[in-house]
Amino acid sequence: MASRRKWTSFAVAMLVLAWLAYVPQFYGQSELVPWSEALYFSIAALGLNLLTGYNGQISIGHGAFFGVGAYTTAILMEHNAWQFLPTLPIVIAVALVVGAAFGFPALRLKGLYLALITLGIAALFPDLVNRFASKYGTAGTSLIQPPRVLAPEWASGFAEADDQYRYYMLLVVGVVMLILAANLVRGRFGRALVAVRDHEAAASTLGVNIARVKVGAFAISAAYAAVAGSLSVLVNGSANAGKIEVFRQSILFLVAVVIGGTATVAGPVIGAYVVVFGQDFAKDIFDDKPELAPAVFGVLLVVLMYVLPDGIVGGWRRLIARRSRSDGLPPLPSASPAH
Amino acid sequence: MSVLKVHDLRGGYGPVRVLHGLSFEVNAGEIVVILGANGSGKTTTLRAVSGMLNATGSVLLHGEEVLGRSPERIARSRVAHVPQGRGTFPELTVEENLRVGAYSRSDSAIADDIDRWFGVFPRLKERRHQQAGSMSGGEQQMLAVSRALMMNPELLLLDEPSLGLAPLVTQELFEQLGTLNRTTSISMLVVEQNANLALKIAQRGYVLEAGLIVASGTAAELKSNDEVRKAYLGMA
Repeated sequence: MASRRKWTSFAVAMLVLAWLAYVPQFYGQSELVPWSEALYFSIAALGLNLLTGYNGQISIGHGAFFGVGAYTTAILMEHNAWQFLPTLPIVIAVALVVGAAFGFPALRLKGLYLALITLGIAALFPDLVNRFASKYGTAGTSLIQPPRVLAPEWASGFAEADDQYRYYMLLVVGVVMLILAANLVRGRFGRALVAVRDHEAAASTLGVNIARVKVGAFAISAAYAAVAGSLSVLVNGSANAGKIEVFRQSILFLVAVVIGGTATVAGPVIGAYVVVFGQDFAKDIFDDKPELAPAVFGVLLVVLMYVLPDGIVGGWRRLIARRSRSDGLPPLPSASPAH
Repeated sequence: MSVLKVHDLRGGYGPVRVLHGLSFEVNAGEIVVILGANGSGKTTTLRAVSGMLNATGSVLLHGEEVLGRSPERIARSRVAHVPQGRGTFPELTVEENLRVGAYSRSDSAIADDIDRWFGVFPRLKERRHQQAGSMSGGEQQMLAVSRALMMNPELLLLDEPSLGLAPLVTQELFEQLGTLNRTTSISMLVVEQNANLALKIAQRGYVLEAGLIVASGTAAELKSNDEVRKAYLGMA
């Protein structure tokens, strides 16, 4: 039974992947933008889910780590004439260090207090960027526009246009990051993440080093956010850190995790697509009144959370469990990340 | 040869002193019980031994001072603590809980050991892929004990294993603990209110009152001690 379900989810994943690979052939340049955005959004949400969903540490500051990735890539490409892909290992290394540095103060804080500190990271980041990155940016601002990545000759078979090629780069990196995350949460470190979240004292009496696990979770999730930020440079052609934008992103990453289903592998990815396309949908509803879009999106989120309190994946699992009661008890609703 | 030797242990929570200088020891292969009423400091004593509480005095493991070490370091000295209220990880499956128990091990016998404890607690085997939080209290207590055993401990600390369990389940659990002690060389320190059951499997015991040891002796001596009989065995 369990293995049949495994095969079913594998088949579904392959179908979805095939569809996502087909998307650039189907859509034109402007329509492809949200699909590309959803890909890097998924990566950031995957990373935040490792921290918030699996390890129970809330962060409303991941927009800052996202920005660290975007700026690292943009500066290396613009001023050191690097290719895009070689910047990724540097991005990951920088983000691991920055993430760990913020993880240490987080050891003393939980729940709302931790949320407040991470909010501070999001508030601080644009100022830091303005101070240090403006010497790289255009006309003394912090906006950096590195050369665009263009489709090479060998890719002409499947990606004639540059944006198609960039989409495929995002897709490949996204799939790799998803597989890494899935393996991580099923392994020794993943079990330790949940153990520390569910019962810190019990985990420590079993020899789990609480500090190492918590700081490690912060560092890894920061690296995910930074890779997402780095990929956003591919899509947007620039790195920027508007005060409001960093906040907005930080919150939307969290929304994606919660909407999709905390502490599930597929949840944050599904949530990221809902967040990106939900906003588009909200804009389209009242075409002539764009100022209403955030309100429509807000209502959409409220309704979703009301109908599916444990996220889309959680709701799906409950549905499955109801249909096959003989399988045992339904899964527990996901623990709230703030406890 | 004592596995654990505690001397003049004092400690508490912030300004509240709970332990006022306890001394006791657990010899190799022994089950030792600490009896005490609510609030006498039983849980605090175990927490101090496993490093979860700042305390003064001396806690010797095989003659080595461990007071002041972190819980994970003490755990790596093969001291397993089954906390009060079990402390299983509700959203991990039974098997995953056991694997967390083996977190500090890197040998190849982990899968064999999981099967071994499934043999001792067959009900866990039936539920190996079930989330721990969906099991009954008794099953979770068995899981908590097995999880601690996954550490390959030399000393098992059990904090009121009978708490919240039906009498029959408690009895079964204590019988299994007694069998374990006879078949392995694991020493156990059990703190309990259920003196009847605990004294059945223990070789020696101490009575704790308001943070002080007020009586000690072999299980048989304690069973015939008038104070113990009145306070813990419900007999005049």
